[in-house]
Amino acid sequence: MSADLPILSIVIWLPIIGGLLVLGSGDKAPNVSRWLALFVAVATFVLSILLWTGFDSSTAEMQFVEKAAWIPAYHINYHLGIDGISMPLILLTTFVTILVVIAGWEVIQYKPSSYMASFLIMEGVMVGVFAALDSMLFYVFWEAMLLPMFLIIGVWGGPNRVYATIKFFLYTFFGSVFMLVALIYLYFQSGSMGILDYHTLKLGMTEQILIFLAFFVAFAVKVPMFPVHTWLPDAHVEAPTGGSVILAAIMLKIGGYGFLRFSMPITPDASHQLDLFIITLSLIAVVYIGYVALVQSDMKKLIAYSSISHMGFVTLGFFIVFMIASNENAETGAILGMEGGMVQMISHGFISAAMFLCVGVLYDRMHSREISDYGGVVNVMPWFAAFMVFFAMANAGLPGTSGFVGEFMVILASFRANFWFAFLAAITLIIGAAYTLWMVKRVVFGDVTKESVAGLDDINAREALVLGSLAVMVLVLGLWPAPLIEVMDASIKNLVEHLAVTKL
Amino acid sequence: MEFDNSQLMTILPEVVLMSGALLVLLVDLMVRDSDRMWPYALTLGTLLAAFAATIHVSGGSEEILLGGNYVRDAMGDSLKGALLLIAIPLFIYAREGLLKMDEWRTEYLTLGLFSILGMMIMISANGFIALYLGLELLTLSLYALVAYCRDSSKGAEAAMKYFVLGALASGLLLYGISMIYGATGKIDFPGIMQQLSADGAGDQTIFVFGLVFVVIGIAFKFGAVPFHMWMPDVYQGSSTPVTLLIGSLPKIAAVAIALRVLAGALESLHQDWYMMLVILAILSMALGNIVAIAQQNIKRMLAYSTISHVGFIFLGILSGTDEGYRAAMFYAVVYALMAVGAFGILIALDRKGVVVDQLHQLKGLNDRHPWLAVTMLLVMFSMAGVPPTVGFWAKLFVLEAVVSIDLWWLAVIAVFFSIIGAFYYIRVVKFMYFDKPIDDEPVVVGGAAQTMLAVNGAAILLLGLFPVLVFGLMKL
Repeated sequence: MSADLPILSIVIWLPIIGGLLVLGSGDKAPNVSRWLALFVAVATFVLSILLWTGFDSSTAEMQFVEKAAWIPAYHINYHLGIDGISMPLILLTTFVTILVVIAGWEVIQYKPSSYMASFLIMEGVMVGVFAALDSMLFYVFWEAMLLPMFLIIGVWGGPNRVYATIKFFLYTFFGSVFMLVALIYLYFQSGSMGILDYHTLKLGMTEQILIFLAFFVAFAVKVPMFPVHTWLPDAHVEAPTGGSVILAAIMLKIGGYGFLRFSMPITPDASHQLDLFIITLSLIAVVYIGYVALVQSDMKKLIAYSSISHMGFVTLGFFIVFMIASNENAETGAILGMEGGMVQMISHGFISAAMFLCVGVLYDRMHSREISDYGGVVNVMPWFAAFMVFFAMANAGLPGTSGFVGEFMVILASFRANFWFAFLAAITLIIGAAYTLWMVKRVVFGDVTKESVAGLDDINAREALVLGSLAVMVLVLGLWPAPLIEVMDASIKNLVEHLAVTKL
Repeated sequence: MEFDNSQLMTILPEVVLMSGALLVLLVDLMVRDSDRMWPYALTLGTLLAAFAATIHVSGGSEEILLGGNYVRDAMGDSLKGALLLIAIPLFIYAREGLLKMDEWRTEYLTLGLFSILGMMIMISANGFIALYLGLELLTLSLYALVAYCRDSSKGAEAAMKYFVLGALASGLLLYGISMIYGATGKIDFPGIMQQLSADGAGDQTIFVFGLVFVVIGIAFKFGAVPFHMWMPDVYQGSSTPVTLLIGSLPKIAAVAIALRVLAGALESLHQDWYMMLVILAILSMALGNIVAIAQQNIKRMLAYSTISHVGFIFLGILSGTDEGYRAAMFYAVVYALMAVGAFGILIALDRKGVVVDQLHQLKGLNDRHPWLAVTMLLVMFSMAGVPPTVGFWAKLFVLEAVVSIDLWWLAVIAVFFSIIGAFYYIRVVKFMYFDKPIDDEPVVVGGAAQTMLAVNGAAILLLGLFPVLVFGLMKL
């Protein structure tokens, strides 16, 4: 199964060490640091493919496991491993990082080596979050994400970046420290820091609810769920394009991943007890935030709100499993919902990255994100317009694109729970289409009325490469999602079975 | 009192340090004012020799000597080792700062060495007499150091405040000691412990009274709320090289005496003192973190930040478990490392005639001197307790200590205040990284100080990845 190489460790530490090298290379020869960064990112991606090819999708066991004592006094281990839930997310991370490096190639002129280094370090740390099986290791990676992102937004961001980045930092820090207390409590209950040991730990109902809430604060801020989503539009709007891409494509997924890895398996009874609460918040996110997106005049803000709305599908898909299980003995329905949530996460990773990159392309040329500053872009940038329309369709959930698969699976599963859930969730297909296509209509179509738009150049080869590769992924995942679902199937099935057993 | 030459071997670290301090005083008479390299080299040599001596005598079981006043045990060895090691960058930074201020005189070295000797005696104290002597040696040296710059009226004012309040605290401590002595007839810690457990069921009112005064005395020295009033003024009023000394190492000694007295002598009164520490800890974390937000002066901000760190150290002590004590020791050592780094950076930014102590003076540091900015970034994130820096582990271990005795609500309070704390630490980062410089003068740092700062920052990061390197050495 696992090769002798500690692939997970390499995929975590290669970009971090590479990032430090890039940082050390300085800004005297920016092209050297750019190529070095690209090389590290590509090498990491190639290595991470080994995780896919060497993966055994027939088992829910952790694979590529590495374990070494770290702080023996507290039973803290350097314990890594992946299953069908974390593996696709790791690949998503390594893939998107390459695009971010390429996308920032010419745009970033201020301290390019630090910029590239931040993203590489970020990549390693995020892979670490997905691969950690020791709760303290997880927490260290989880918090370590804040540091590079804080600097990325603060140093390379827009005019209001300081406010946005401090808000981002404090929000996420606030969320995570309560999780820390819960983790310490679990350590004293179980005598181990292993996440998998927490899964089998028996806990009383009050304990479970308190622990669930502590986790909930951490993950809900990250996802972000309504009503703790307000940091996201600020952070997205002010972040440089690369920062927005990483935030939307990967960091938000870490919240969803946290629900699957921590909240649900560690406190299944509390999750069951409070599922209506989460479902309600998810539906509010899906519907209300969808309407909020409709009225935005800033493209990035619109996509940010659309992200929140789409992430609502993820949490909805995860938490309806309890209701499905109690309505009928349909395990398949529960699995469908959860897999739908997972597919939605991966797909949203591609689509939101693509949408932000599209806005980035426009912003680099016009230095404006206001929808009203554009119009008729298709006349001067036909290639770009083609991509933008395609990704907008995917964002709206057009069948044939990856956006459709996840949403459809979740809506289908919600029908088994409650008709009205499905009804509300399905409304978003209309709102989603409305806000995305209306934006496209105002930006891309129509006649060129502004002089500044008339002078725009179409995308160059570098931008075409980035957008093109994302378009391929969106199409492949939309037309043939089976390989992805197959990889996660055993793990999800195992999780659903685990949830059915009470821990009281 | 019996005296045995072989005992001298065990107290070698103190002997080396005292000889070194006296030698520095003598050598100073023979060198010209312009050339103080010799006393300086001798100071660093003394510290290294004392460190080597500490390593040499360490290990083995507990030894009690000098008429029961002195103890050498694993806890003392580890704390003394940390103290002496962190003192080396401290003196290097201090020289840099004093040179820039044109105040580079040997008094700093002598008084500094004597204060470290006082701390070592506190750490090794096995009875109230030795403890008090060590404490006075430390504080008297510090009073003099606060007034080190003769022409500074702020310094004189701070020294006066520090002296009056410090004397009051010493008085309270002595009063408490006298009560405990009166009740037990013992002055050494093991004796008091035995006596207490012997009449365990008897009337303990007098002990508790004595205990209250002792705890107040210790809280004063720590600077825990509500006995913290001296700290902000003293930190701000002293010149930065002096604040560097006051703000870092004494916390290690303070932890030592707290553990010797509370966890050693008065262990059986844990039920009585732990609640006092809970209150002190909560107040310190709350006031320290909240008031620090309002500060514009970095030294003052760091004073309030220290107060909040003291609250965290108390969390470890109050747990009453070995793990908790080790966590508190670890926290104090880590804190000293971070504080030395923070003040060291301020010193590095000083110029002839310009003292850097306002937050806005840090603006745009990343453009002016990226390496100093990175070091400060690490120190600030470490103080805020963000992984992968060592400050995270310090906080984690004390939190584990309080959760282990089922005070999880206290852990929740602690992390809540650490969120508030995070704000003013990242505000420093904001000034350094996100703002444009207001001052284009190049930053001039001496080679030694610059190298040491790099080592200091690297240590904070490296220990964050491998906390065991230090935590493993914290033994009881």
